[in-house]
Amino acid sequence: MTMAIIHVDGQQYEVNGAQNLLQACLSLGLDIPYFCWHPAMGSVGACRQCAVRQYKDADDDKGMLVMSCMSPATDQTRISIDDAEAKAFRASVVEWLMINHPHDCPVCEEGGHCHLQDMTVMTGHDRRRYRYRKRTRRNQYLGPFIAHEMNRCITCYRCVRFYNDYAGGSDLGAFGAKDNIYFGRYEDGTLESPFAGNLTEVCPTGVFTDQSHSDHYTRKWDLQFAPGICHQCSLGCNISPGERYGTIRRIENRYHGEVNGYFLCDRGRFGYGYVNRNDRPLVPLWREGAGHPAVTLEVDTALNRITDALRHARRIIGIGSPRASLESNHQLRELVGADNFSTGIEAREQACLDLMNHLQRTSGLPTPTPRQIEDHDAILVLGEDPVQSAGRLGLNLRQAALARREAMGEKIGVPAWNAEALKTLGQNVYHPLHIAWPATTDLDDVAAGRYSLAPDDIARLGFAVAHLIDPAAPAVDQLDQDTRETARRIADDLMAAERPLIVSGGSLASEAVLQAAGNIAQALARRAKQGGLVLIRREANSTGLSLMGGQTLDWALDELNGGRADAVVVLENDLYQRLPPEQVEQALGRADIQVVVDHQSTATTAGAHFTLPAATFAEGDGTLVNLEGRAQRFFQVFEPAYMRPEARIHESWRWLHALTAGLRGEAVSDINLDAVTRACAEAHAALAGIVDAAPGADFRIEGLRLAREPHRYSGRTAMRANLAVSEVRPPQDPDTPFAFSMEGYSGFDQPRQQVPFAWAPGWNSPQAWNKFTDEIGGHLRGGDPGIRLIQREPGHRSYSAAVPPAPGDTTDGSLRALILPRLFGGEETSARAEPIQQRMATPELILNQKDAEALGVREGDSLLIGDGPALTVQEQGEWPSGWAGLPAGLLPGLAQGDTLTLRKAEGGTP
Amino acid sequence: MSESIPNQRRSVGYRSRLMQTEAERRADTHPLTWRLRDDGEAVWLDEYLRKDGYQSVRKALSEGDPHAIIATMKEANVRGRGGAGFSAGLKWSLTLQGGDRPRGYLICNADEMEPGTFKDRLLMEQQPHLLIEGMILGALANNSRYGYIFLRGEYVEAARVLNRAIEEAREAGWLGPDINGSGFDFDIAVHTGAGRYICGEETALINSLEGKRANPRAKPPFPGQSGAWGKPSVVNNVETLCNVPAVILNGAGWYQGLSGDRTDDGGSKLYGCSGPVDNPGLWELPMGTTGMEILDRAGGLRDNRQLKAWLPGGASTGFLLPEHLELPLDFDTVGKEGSRLGTGLLTVVPDDMSMVSLMRNLEQFFARESCGWCTPCRDGLPWVVKLLQSLEQGQGEPGDIELLDKLAADCGPGLTFCAHAPGAAMPLQTALRHFRHEFEQGVGKPRGEAHQDPIPVGEV
Repeated sequence: MTMAIIHVDGQQYEVNGAQNLLQACLSLGLDIPYFCWHPAMGSVGACRQCAVRQYKDADDDKGMLVMSCMSPATDQTRISIDDAEAKAFRASVVEWLMINHPHDCPVCEEGGHCHLQDMTVMTGHDRRRYRYRKRTRRNQYLGPFIAHEMNRCITCYRCVRFYNDYAGGSDLGAFGAKDNIYFGRYEDGTLESPFAGNLTEVCPTGVFTDQSHSDHYTRKWDLQFAPGICHQCSLGCNISPGERYGTIRRIENRYHGEVNGYFLCDRGRFGYGYVNRNDRPLVPLWREGAGHPAVTLEVDTALNRITDALRHARRIIGIGSPRASLESNHQLRELVGADNFSTGIEAREQACLDLMNHLQRTSGLPTPTPRQIEDHDAILVLGEDPVQSAGRLGLNLRQAALARREAMGEKIGVPAWNAEALKTLGQNVYHPLHIAWPATTDLDDVAAGRYSLAPDDIARLGFAVAHLIDPAAPAVDQLDQDTRETARRIADDLMAAERPLIVSGGSLASEAVLQAAGNIAQALARRAKQGGLVLIRREANSTGLSLMGGQTLDWALDELNGGRADAVVVLENDLYQRLPPEQVEQALGRADIQVVVDHQSTATTAGAHFTLPAATFAEGDGTLVNLEGRAQRFFQVFEPAYMRPEARIHESWRWLHALTAGLRGEAVSDINLDAVTRACAEAHAALAGIVDAAPGADFRIEGLRLAREPHRYSGRTAMRANLAVSEVRPPQDPDTPFAFSMEGYSGFDQPRQQVPFAWAPGWNSPQAWNKFTDEIGGHLRGGDPGIRLIQREPGHRSYSAAVPPAPGDTTDGSLRALILPRLFGGEETSARAEPIQQRMATPELILNQKDAEALGVREGDSLLIGDGPALTVQEQGEWPSGWAGLPAGLLPGLAQGDTLTLRKAEGGTP
Repeated sequence: MSESIPNQRRSVGYRSRLMQTEAERRADTHPLTWRLRDDGEAVWLDEYLRKDGYQSVRKALSEGDPHAIIATMKEANVRGRGGAGFSAGLKWSLTLQGGDRPRGYLICNADEMEPGTFKDRLLMEQQPHLLIEGMILGALANNSRYGYIFLRGEYVEAARVLNRAIEEAREAGWLGPDINGSGFDFDIAVHTGAGRYICGEETALINSLEGKRANPRAKPPFPGQSGAWGKPSVVNNVETLCNVPAVILNGAGWYQGLSGDRTDDGGSKLYGCSGPVDNPGLWELPMGTTGMEILDRAGGLRDNRQLKAWLPGGASTGFLLPEHLELPLDFDTVGKEGSRLGTGLLTVVPDDMSMVSLMRNLEQFFARESCGWCTPCRDGLPWVVKLLQSLEQGQGEPGDIELLDKLAADCGPGLTFCAHAPGAAMPLQTALRHFRHEFEQGVGKPRGEAHQDPIPVGEV
């Protein structure tokens, strides 16, 4: 970082000389209004809002107006923000932008967190001089996620720059010219990019707003927030969920300098609907058995009856969950004992998870943070489809490929923030990105190559690459010419790079693929390459469960089946999503006592004797470990019983602690988060660090708890008036430093990691995050949340020699299942959210053309899998023969590689 | 005088008219037009070759020294005839070439859309091979692999002529692989635009050529560093390129001498005149010819009208007054008077023409042609138009003229992304300065609040 001295209105400051003046001034906390510039997308000089006066030197008293976003913060730059002419010009700009703006703030859903409002106030524009008619526009239907109101547009071009240039979308454009620019699709229809939701935050006003929020709208200042962690994949994006009247109203990005930066994926943003479902368990239930009616129990009765029942059991099996917190899993393990604890993960997946942890420790290459991924200059994605399996991570990989422009710019002195210039310079030249994945991916447009291979062939390709990089790595026999050449190209690109990156993961449930990725990483490390290894897991806490350890789900069912246990306690896990239904049903049927703690009504809860209503991420606290190995705490957003007094929802760890105490004959004393986190850390060496993942309940700033509600939160005394006119005491929070109140610290001047919502005086929009960072686009001043748990172990690991054999002749006509992760519908809980369900594509079955011909079907025909659903046939040119691709989450019991029975649908599709 | 006007061919409705006969035009004084025929027919390859055509390319190819071409162009100081007046030789010297860089593009800016300008059209319709020859020389100097003529879409006749000439040149070996046995390969395609003024801005032109929105690009990188499709590209105006063959053939000193002691800028210039004059048209005259001489050649104002003001080179230049007619029309002199030479084609404003209406007309054009990228241009110019419409109808309010002053100032150089809005601001500022009383006459209403008049039902 080159430091530079700049002079602003006579004051001298030290800034990062690699930035532009706007960035530098904002980093200093000096306010300059802006629109088109965005910290993650750089400068384009379109809106002209950030004008300042710049002087040549100390003797220049005239200077000239420049756009601060387009001017470098070089040493000895002298500018004035307060200059009268600069202020007058900035007032002109906002006046122009407001000419056609509808001034509909009272009915606009952006109102109250609108950057345009903030900037208009900042520039002092409060009188309309334009006396002519406004231009009006038609709006478009853009799908279930995004609402469109083009009248509000101020033509800053941020939407298309994010959507197309940053996120690689192609169905949003700028149309028209002059003062008649229209941002939309060429016709009504769903925005196709899986990152479209970010438009709601990228748009400085209310053109693109959150449709799911609109369906139960609440102003930002009336929402209650807490620092959340997205539970919808293994990346662990930081989110800021907002609640009102006991339901989650929307999810916004919560800035994290290393994980998600400014952006989320649409599964994470719009997948929260399962929290608000009416069919959630709200109270403890008892059933005589599957099919019998459920009886509501009071909490104490439920606890007594369950402990009584469990006390009489010979042996209790506990089945944990990778979608539940470490604390809850640990409390289950405490309840049943370590020998009886299963992670709730199917055997092959767990083997892959354990292998991934092992590779992260021993492969020789570090695991970069998602942000650091963007600094790699050659990438091999081996057997993963990152956009589908880890959403936001796909954006990081795209930025890594695009970053070639920055290197080109550096050569001719174009700085990295000069986005439009870099786009001109880079055109379609990218850092090499190779993707070995059977189906098309959303990164193909920036990829040097994508190789449609079957899982074992992907592994063989990977092993071959490793061997080319380091001949000491095992070679691959009988490699065909194509694959040899591909391997050579990939190896050359990785070796030519300064920082090569290997991305793999568990999507194919193939240990061979992971071993191949590990061999490449190790080969690169042995060739003294700086690089990285990223391994994608499936669920929010898959990594954490693997670190905690436990038996597989298959083992648990075997124990029940074998009669070696007669009671089972299932934690936040629908077993029917993991193994074939017959197998699950049979095993659970052998248990005399089935207790299920979950926040959703599932096939598993439906058959349970006892169901206890668990908290979702919005109603409870806990810790998750993401794919980096970063432990992150999520905090309770609201107390469900406050608005729904009948609700008995508690964190699973609270329920399980109560059961443990009951079983031991101890009094059910209350427990708090810090204690259960500490107990978990002490019990598992690999998780020892989690206590430090976030500050404890006694954390205070200026002696205050941290406020969950903005200071303008309204209606507190009236919001329960339909229940009782007297105002009850606000819920107390023994677990966290946050208060269910607007009282408490909510400022930005004291550094803190855990920020429920971003607000600063004059900054109501998400742009307020700039007030919380050490520099623009940098890190939270209080440190980015979380703590990395997986440490690399020094020393060489021996190469894996588990090279799969060359595939034999597979022309027996049978087809094997290749389950493809999918962002919308491929994850259990978000698939229960209505807008996500609307975005789940009609399920398709991908076939090689020859296989399709053999089956007598063509593109668009319908095929049935056994007695299951009909799928529409899609032919993909290079798709591997002998395999049928189908979307994850469709047939949960189906495993990778299972042989499929396919038959043509009668009558075909209309 | 009208019986001596050449160029009476009627196959197209209107042709750019060169108002000088063959007798007046000589090779040593009229490098751009001496080959043109009095009958206005195009000079095709045979005739062009008979009139020393492609001699310059032959010479340059045999010498095979691109740097010498650039040096000569720099020395001759051929300033860009599109209106900006940037030295073509200097521009060429900044084109990145050599090393592992790909050969780029030579792009001829033939998107002649400046209101009041019709000079490139003459050259392209009647002497296509001069442009082709100039482009080959430009390609040689800049190591360009391919040439594009970005042609204004309405120039149907020019497109027809250019395409035929390119085909002729290709067949004769002046275009294509191994030009004239030199080993140098270069070819040209005509790309017709879809009709946006902003495509005349060189980086917007490149975006349009690539099939993208015609928004100007950020500079740097300049086209010479990274232009069309990321390759080094040179964009020159038609007239600029048409000057190159004679410069290379006759040398920089000769070119400098063409303007005599009128100005420091060398060469000849296609000047022109339009408006209510007796003989509107074009003349090739030494650089630095006065406005008076051009107006005289145009026969003065029609119907005994008096000259009120004039634009020296298109709608985006500032108004000059009758007293400025004595000045030599070169880049620097005109610049000092608060205007620009622009394209050098005079637009004459007679005393009975309303400056308010004229400005409303011009600003409507500029507002309509804004690409919509930056705010002052996109949203400021339409407001200017609305205010001018009010003033034109006597509906102006106190403060409107001051508002116009501010809007024009806010569209000034440096405050907008490209030169489009400053080009719109310059005539407005000069009109407000010289003819403020005309604008003041349009203030006919007391000051009102925004939207004080109810909007009639059904009219939104």
